[in-house]
Amino acid sequence: MSITVIIPTILRPLTNDQKRISITGYKVSDVINGMEQQYPGIKEKLVSEGNAHRFINIYINDNDIRFCDGLSTHLQDGDVLTILPAVAGG
Amino acid sequence: MLTIHSKLINAMIAQALDDHPIETCGIIAGPAGSNLPLRLIPMRNMAKSETFFQFDPQQQLHVWKEMDARGEEPIVIYHSHTDSQAYPSHTDVEHATEPQSHYVIIPTKSLYNHEIRSFRIIDQMVIEERVRIVHQYQPELELQMVA
Repeated sequence: MSITVIIPTILRPLTNDQKRISITGYKVSDVINGMEQQYPGIKEKLVSEGNAHRFINIYINDNDIRFCDGLSTHLQDGDVLTILPAVAGG
Repeated sequence: MLTIHSKLINAMIAQALDDHPIETCGIIAGPAGSNLPLRLIPMRNMAKSETFFQFDPQQQLHVWKEMDARGEEPIVIYHSHTDSQAYPSHTDVEHATEPQSHYVIIPTKSLYNHEIRSFRIIDQMVIEERVRIVHQYQPELELQMVA
């Protein structure tokens, strides 16, 4: 499965400034592991204790993975995985 | 320095006062790299809190995709402080992830005269900047403005 991943500004220093990268995987977690192999250090920005960070939004196409199966969400060829840090504050 | 149209300032303050005592939040989009705020987009505060805000993730995806399609970026990211001065809190700094954006804070307690302030937040470092309020943009840009 070839998946397009959209990288937010804040993580682009880790992906040689690329905004879109292609990674293969059957599940969201495969894609994150695949990214970690190519761009070490990215995984810890996205995942902690087996779940996506609370303030990192991950979407498959238009769907927030929190409302699917989280990191176990299955992917289909051509899916777009978008990473957006939550905009939040106090 | 943030250069911004007075109509956009007034719209942010009106929204913040309207939402008070809940924190308000939103962005002003503009052409990427232009440093010019044009389209004000109020965002839903999913936290509905007096001390915290978080953009609704579904709306955020929609708005971010729209900006991408239009070649825009969030020039301003704004929110209100309902009981404190307009200075970034620890939480604001922790969550700031757009180094190119102006972080605008609107204090809604009358004590602070609703005087907005603007900051850049880069690598957890806060730098206050001047806000230059203008009463007109170039005519073709003013037509694109949404306030």
